[in-house]
Amino acid sequence: MDRDSSLLGTSPLGKAGLATIIAIPSAFLLYFFAYPVASITIRGLTTDGSFSFAVIGHVLTDGPLLSVARFTVVQALISTVVTVVVAFPAAWAFARFDFPGKRALRAATLVPFVLPTLVVGSAFLTIAGPNGAIGVDLTGTLFLIVVAHSFYNYAIVVRGVGAYWERIDPHIEDAARTLGASAFTAFRTVTLPLLRPVIASTSALVFLFSFTSFGVVLLLGSLKQTTIEVEIWRQTTAFLRLDIASTLAVLQLIGVGIILAGYGWFQRTTAVQFEHATAPTRRPRKGRERIAVTAALTSMIVILGTPLLVLVIRSFTNPAGGLGIANYQNLVRLPEITAAFVDPIDAIKNSFIVAFMTLAIALVIGGLAAAALTYASRRVARGFDLFVMLPLGTSAVTIGFGFLVALSWPVDLRTSLLLIPIAHALVAIPFVVRTTTPALGSVRHNLREAAAVLGASPWRTWWTIDLKIVTPAVVVAAAFAFAISMGEFGATSFITRPSFPTIPIAIFKLLGKPGAAPFGAAIALSVILMGITGISMFVIDAIGTRASNEL
Amino acid sequence: MRVELQSVSVQYGDTLAVNDLDLEIGSGERFALMGPSGSGKSTLLRAVAGLEPLEAGTIHIDGTDVTTLPPHRRPVGLMFQEYALFPHMSVVDNVGYGIRMIGGDRRTARDTASRLLDLAGLAGFEDRKPDSLSGGERQRVALLRTLAPEPSLVMLDEPLGSLDLALREDLLAQMRTIVTELGATTLYVTHDRTEAFAFAERLAIMSDGQIVRTGTPQEVWDHPQTMFVARFIGHPNVLTGPAIGLDAAAVTIPPDALTLGETGDLDVSIVDSVFTDGHYEIVAELSNGERLRINSPTPADSGIAHRVSVDLPASQELTAGEL
Repeated sequence: MDRDSSLLGTSPLGKAGLATIIAIPSAFLLYFFAYPVASITIRGLTTDGSFSFAVIGHVLTDGPLLSVARFTVVQALISTVVTVVVAFPAAWAFARFDFPGKRALRAATLVPFVLPTLVVGSAFLTIAGPNGAIGVDLTGTLFLIVVAHSFYNYAIVVRGVGAYWERIDPHIEDAARTLGASAFTAFRTVTLPLLRPVIASTSALVFLFSFTSFGVVLLLGSLKQTTIEVEIWRQTTAFLRLDIASTLAVLQLIGVGIILAGYGWFQRTTAVQFEHATAPTRRPRKGRERIAVTAALTSMIVILGTPLLVLVIRSFTNPAGGLGIANYQNLVRLPEITAAFVDPIDAIKNSFIVAFMTLAIALVIGGLAAAALTYASRRVARGFDLFVMLPLGTSAVTIGFGFLVALSWPVDLRTSLLLIPIAHALVAIPFVVRTTTPALGSVRHNLREAAAVLGASPWRTWWTIDLKIVTPAVVVAAAFAFAISMGEFGATSFITRPSFPTIPIAIFKLLGKPGAAPFGAAIALSVILMGITGISMFVIDAIGTRASNEL
Repeated sequence: MRVELQSVSVQYGDTLAVNDLDLEIGSGERFALMGPSGSGKSTLLRAVAGLEPLEAGTIHIDGTDVTTLPPHRRPVGLMFQEYALFPHMSVVDNVGYGIRMIGGDRRTARDTASRLLDLAGLAGFEDRKPDSLSGGERQRVALLRTLAPEPSLVMLDEPLGSLDLALREDLLAQMRTIVTELGATTLYVTHDRTEAFAFAERLAIMSDGQIVRTGTPQEVWDHPQTMFVARFIGHPNVLTGPAIGLDAAAVTIPPDALTLGETGDLDVSIVDSVFTDGHYEIVAELSNGERLRINSPTPADSGIAHRVSVDLPASQELTAGEL
């Protein structure tokens, strides 16, 4: 039977089974994603039940709100340009040369990107916040926000541009040189035009992440400089202006839509097909070349390493001065010392509970979605894939805000503790689907047939064959879901309850308290969170590599 | 446009890819550089082009020392093995690139490129992109791009390497005509003896970073001097002396100088007998396992014992060993 002969295709599960595994994730996404987003949209575009541009008009003529929108775009633009320029030399070094420790260094570039935003935020506070390492308080400046965004998105450029650059035959540049082009002219007339599509698409991604950045701007802008994302949060939690927040969310969704469309367009217009999968790399030559490569890699290590190093050192600097572990000890005693209403130890417990719940939800829903993508006909799969990936392009704040606005119907879920893991799962599901679908697809059909011939029922076949083969991918997906949940701040900040803080919420609250002790505790908690995410990422890297070797 | 390389050494990775090499190419000469892969040919070309720095030695072109000049200051053109056409530029922009780089304006570059394309039978291809061209068309575009700025020395790195056999002969003849008409000094790198012999007035054979034999194609064929050269240029019978009862370390014997019969100096067994080009090509094996190729008017039956007589004056003495 032809795989595409029916709408649902053939699957080891039968038609009813396939319909079920499509229906469950669809229902989940419709209720927890589409419905809240639609609610926001309706709320943003209506006044008292009728369609109206009143609030939009208000937002677009309101000086402060307009300047928030302007700042959002401007900081994202500058962050993008700076990130691309700063990360470009390292992309070149990785694409063209071999050097000792290349693999480890390449893996290390990912660290900042997977760090929770609050960790990045507090790392920069230890450098340039009040009482920061450099002695100047730069919070509330465009400069600090741009620097933090460049740090955060550095890996996208190094990896994206680097991987593309690797495929450009270096002989093409050599040909330009022998035809009379100086090194700079060859770069300008040959290399740069060839890189243009990948520079455009990675720029779109960096722009998107800077455009919707929440935790970093919230901490480092210290509400003197806010973006739309932060303003949605402030209008909701501080001013209770849900109408303005909704309108801002709609405007942001439109912005994100435009950026994603641009990204997709850039990705499709990959101008050139390269003959070589990967061009040969070599050791840099003595002299200028070695100096340039060393400089590029050193700049990378300094840019990516300094904030994390300062964060760790600061966590071991006692509030009273001197090195020690007082900040970590304070995590236990803090409620007594400050009479603070946040208990870091509780937060750690809560985060673990939430992370495991997230993991379970994301694996079930994401796993079913991946199975549906694997076994459904190509036509159904394509549409479903887009639907499942949508939350990835939606800002976390929009998801959290949408929960607040929408989930009072049919039953009021807004106070349910389940909301936090569900919100986290929405962010994690695209990652789960992306990691497990290829593995499921790689299970060869004849293995299933062999099992069936040996007398296994379809479910039993799936259980004994498919599941065993995809186990490494499932572990990777679980680690992703776990790490995402541990660090998630944007959505959580809307639906959290004072009695149930997670680690990022606790960090944020501690940072808002005066005094050296809470600040030190926040930094120590950041380091712990960095460690937990680090371990998850290590699991992903180790098992991911093993899995790809086996398949 | 004379090219002189003196004591040139080039490091490539951890090895000396070119090791203390001397080479002279006369003005306007078509010169071929042959050698097995890994012998350092391509590295030598890159060094002459300025793409690899010299470890030692000097390079003079037209009497000018270019040893330390960067690639774009050298009067040298290099055509790459996989062509390395600029994939984002049209054919005419590819060919005109070098003219723009030496200061020609857009219009001059376009006119010259169009004229060259006309000459090479590629009229109408001006605005095509390289990825829409066939292998042979790309090859010609790459050649024209190399020639367009009229370099003093044209270097071609395995220019026919990635084309199928049917195309090669035509393109080789075409290339020969074009470079001869331009009067360019040409250095042609290949591992293929037929190509080198058909193209070059003189050639050199390279092994392990050094030149082991230089001469006209006929000189090298007639007097290969070493077993390595004889084998590399494809002499059919390269035999060790003792195997055929000679004092020499090794010899080459033309297949026509061997006669198969019931009498003769050598005992052989027949391995293969194939009719081709008006005679039988017979492969026979000596008792020590070395093989002979014999041209014979009649087929040979592998079931019967044979003897071979050798016309000694036609043989060429060689030195044994690898070089």
